[in-house]
Amino acid sequence: MDNYYAIEAINLTKIYGSGNTEVIAMQSASLQLKRGEIAALLGPSGSGKSTFLTAVGLINPPTSGTVTIGGQLVLEGQQSQSNLRSFRRQHIGYVFQKSNLIPFLTALENVQISLELNGNSKRESQDKAQQLLDELGIGERSDNLPSMLSGGQQQRVAVARALANQPNVILADEPTAALDSKRGRQVMELFAQVAHSRGAGVIVVTHDHRALDVFDTIYEMEDGKMYQK
Amino acid sequence: MNLAARDIRHNLGRFALTTFGVGMLLMVVMGMGGIYRGIVEDATLLIDKIGADLWIVQKHTRGPFAELSQVPSNLTQRALSVPGVLSTRDFIYHTIQRVRNDKPLRIAVLGLSWPTDKGEWIPLISGRPLGQNHFEMIADESLGLQLGETIKLGKDVYLVVGISQSMISSNGDGIGFFTVADAQAIQSDAAGEAVRLERASRKARGERSEMGLQQPSNLDLAERPSNELPAISRPQLTAVMVTLAPGADLNQVTRTFSGWGDVSVFTKSGQRELLLKGSVEKIRRQIGLFKILLTVIAAVIMALILYTLTLDKIHSIALLKLIGAPNHVIVGLIMQQALVLGVLGFVIAYLLGQKVFPLFPRRVILLESDLYQLAFIVLVISIVSSLLGIWKAMRVSPNEALS
Repeated sequence: MDNYYAIEAINLTKIYGSGNTEVIAMQSASLQLKRGEIAALLGPSGSGKSTFLTAVGLINPPTSGTVTIGGQLVLEGQQSQSNLRSFRRQHIGYVFQKSNLIPFLTALENVQISLELNGNSKRESQDKAQQLLDELGIGERSDNLPSMLSGGQQQRVAVARALANQPNVILADEPTAALDSKRGRQVMELFAQVAHSRGAGVIVVTHDHRALDVFDTIYEMEDGKMYQK
Repeated sequence: MNLAARDIRHNLGRFALTTFGVGMLLMVVMGMGGIYRGIVEDATLLIDKIGADLWIVQKHTRGPFAELSQVPSNLTQRALSVPGVLSTRDFIYHTIQRVRNDKPLRIAVLGLSWPTDKGEWIPLISGRPLGQNHFEMIADESLGLQLGETIKLGKDVYLVVGISQSMISSNGDGIGFFTVADAQAIQSDAAGEAVRLERASRKARGERSEMGLQQPSNLDLAERPSNELPAISRPQLTAVMVTLAPGADLNQVTRTFSGWGDVSVFTKSGQRELLLKGSVEKIRRQIGLFKILLTVIAAVIMALILYTLTLDKIHSIALLKLIGAPNHVIVGLIMQQALVLGVLGFVIAYLLGQKVFPLFPRRVILLESDLYQLAFIVLVISIVSSLLGIWKAMRVSPNEALS
């Protein structure tokens, strides 16, 4: 296994507004995650978890700090060191509270599109997408539109899409919030399995303390500051 | 993967309805162009079909279509004597309005110079050209008269012996073809009482005149029908049509007629220009401007439709950006839908138009060149209209996928 971190966030700070309206959403948050590790990020609402996740996910750059993914410095403050959209496509997988599938694509196509965007051929993408859906136990629903799938099934499709390009990092924002405890745990175990078997670094923002045993590391945020538990 | 096709498949009903609406709108634009062409075609149809090289009309008038013209009936023979002239024909043209089946019936009455011209040049869909000097007519199908039907005009009854197609006056009235004598009779028809009053008035004027006092026997003539009076001229013609002999110099013959003090002369192209720059110019320009306005409206509506379609999938677009879709994928999604909307709309417009336009009271002519032009315009509109949606899509942050 490579000796660099899957993701390394150093002193991330995010400030909204200025002067009297200035709000510090995140202050000097740092996190280091090796490949194959899964980390939980806990904290109350408004503590800065989502801000951190969107910063390291290259969606909403921090005001200051650096983000290094797969050994490559990607963000230095608000300065990006590469094409962020292209980088996201190749190195980061996302899973969110709501499944966030494209409604006009079938389960298979939702995974396939991610592969095609990364330069895979149509045939290759189809085969790989079907394989991923089979692995996640939802292969028989591959022709269904998201609206025809249950919340848990949609979340599995979203996980399959996040895994499709074998990213260095998978970021999940409360992926079990819409699921019952049994299915929630299944999803958490799935993330742990993905991290360990595929060597990806996985960060999961969660409120669910019942499944913390699956994580290798636990971080907590409060008032924009991050602590390792 | 073709995202545009997938999105259309998912919202097929709504997209189909939207496309149908755009098709209807484009049909109106297409129809306006067709009406414009129809007016031009109708205005010049008679001039093109009747096959006259020169038109001799009343001096200083722009007759016989753009304004009223009257020339003496012997002008036909005078014109025939000019070197280079192969044949001359009388031309009588006026519009009447009668009531038939409790509905107004407008007929553009055109006199054919029997027996030189029996109407062989008229495009007939049934029946035959005129076969006798009186009481027969060829009616355009737009008049609604049937073959074999009779119609009373003035004091005489006319039998419909032929039905023509697309023979319309510049005002859009169907043309009825009669012999010149019948056309004159229809034009100069007066009620019996009016004739009697005119004769009495003529006699009264005669009794007071020097001629009546000195030669009372002349007063007997005053009571006779007007066509028996040598002093009263025969009914006049509207114009005289001239056909040149093969190899004759058009300019030379025109110069000869132009030298006559009592008439003006126009070539075939001159007559066309008189009509297009004269009587139909305003309506032509009005419809032309209306067509431009409709095209702009169609562009605005299409832009709004495409903008709304983009807004409907803004979350999906944000998600696509989040998973790293490059801009050209998103632009392609919107642009392809715009082109599908435009192309299908155009096809629907054309197919609907084929069914609807023949029901219009005036001719709607779709020229191939106009259709190609409109297709190109629709293509441009589709691309330009999608820019608003693309602009919106480019501004969407991937963050919006998380909200």
